[in-house]
Amino acid sequence: MQIDINKSVFERNDALASQLRKRFSENHVYVVDICASPGAGKTSTILATIDALCDEFNIAVIEGDIASSVDAERIKAAGIPAVQINTGGACHLESSMITRAVDVLDLERLDLIIVENVGNLVCPTDFDLGENAKVIILSVPEGDDKPLKYPGIFEVSQAVILNKVDTAPLFNFDEEAFRNAVQTLNPNAPIFPISATAGQGVEEWTEWLAGEIRRVQET
Amino acid sequence: MHELGLMTGVVDAVCDAARNAGATRVYEVHLSIGEMTEAIPDALEFAFEVLRDQDPLLEGAQLFMKQVSPRSVCHACGQEFSHDRFHRTCPECGSLQTELIAGRDLTIDSIEAEVPDDEQSAVDEKA
Repeated sequence: MQIDINKSVFERNDALASQLRKRFSENHVYVVDICASPGAGKTSTILATIDALCDEFNIAVIEGDIASSVDAERIKAAGIPAVQINTGGACHLESSMITRAVDVLDLERLDLIIVENVGNLVCPTDFDLGENAKVIILSVPEGDDKPLKYPGIFEVSQAVILNKVDTAPLFNFDEEAFRNAVQTLNPNAPIFPISATAGQGVEEWTEWLAGEIRRVQET
Repeated sequence: MHELGLMTGVVDAVCDAARNAGATRVYEVHLSIGEMTEAIPDALEFAFEVLRDQDPLLEGAQLFMKQVSPRSVCHACGQEFSHDRFHRTCPECGSLQTELIAGRDLTIDSIEAEVPDDEQSAVDEKA
């Protein structure tokens, strides 16, 4: 006999993500999920973001990696609380992992939580973490065709950072083609060309993020 | 890829539903897969074959997957339309202000299972 189930495979993750979103909202905490390939400059961008925003906002970072605590150490060295999640091989973070990480943070006194997802342009796309925004970082050396090859992550992101623009002279990166591809997939997402390590463009990105955080605080 | 993790969730939900219904065997598992998810049907099939052997309830069960093509609604003119993964511009008015309404989910629709007839099994037990 046929037994109807009609159940989403993402149901459990989405239910936990909704609970997280409620907790974040009650505490007026803005949460951004940073997604990118390994080596695109997630940690460097986060450090530059902390540097620009730490005077105005209380910030914490949740670091997702398959193994090691190298990234969390870099964040802690900047004087910011960091929780390391080791996924032990899993290719993305899930809402249950964020729930455990958030339990050790003091939500009441935080304004911004930056989640650094596992380096991967595919898997994080499908998993809601209760965040306010996903932000995708692409770096110039990866090539301008990546939105065409990995459309999902560009579609679900609320903003796009193009990192390492200072290396543009070394690579055959067509910024206009990149912008067109992103706009077709996600016309509402702003694109921020930056160099996280040289500081170029970081102000425009952090001003946008600060605006988003203030909006959450005013509600 | 995370197909093994996804399929573990599917198999758990299927076995729960089957046991709740008093099923002794599951023959078929039917899934709907949105084309905008990052789950790959071949990898899901492979994961299913691996996990199937771990529960006797699923012995020899077959996986059927239905692809769900993406659909969006246009916020400018209200038109609903199907499209591929890459093109979400409204075919009616050309607006880019569209919102995906189908194609990003992965759903367990139903299973086909053997559920012994209660009365018959009661008779069998007496005999």
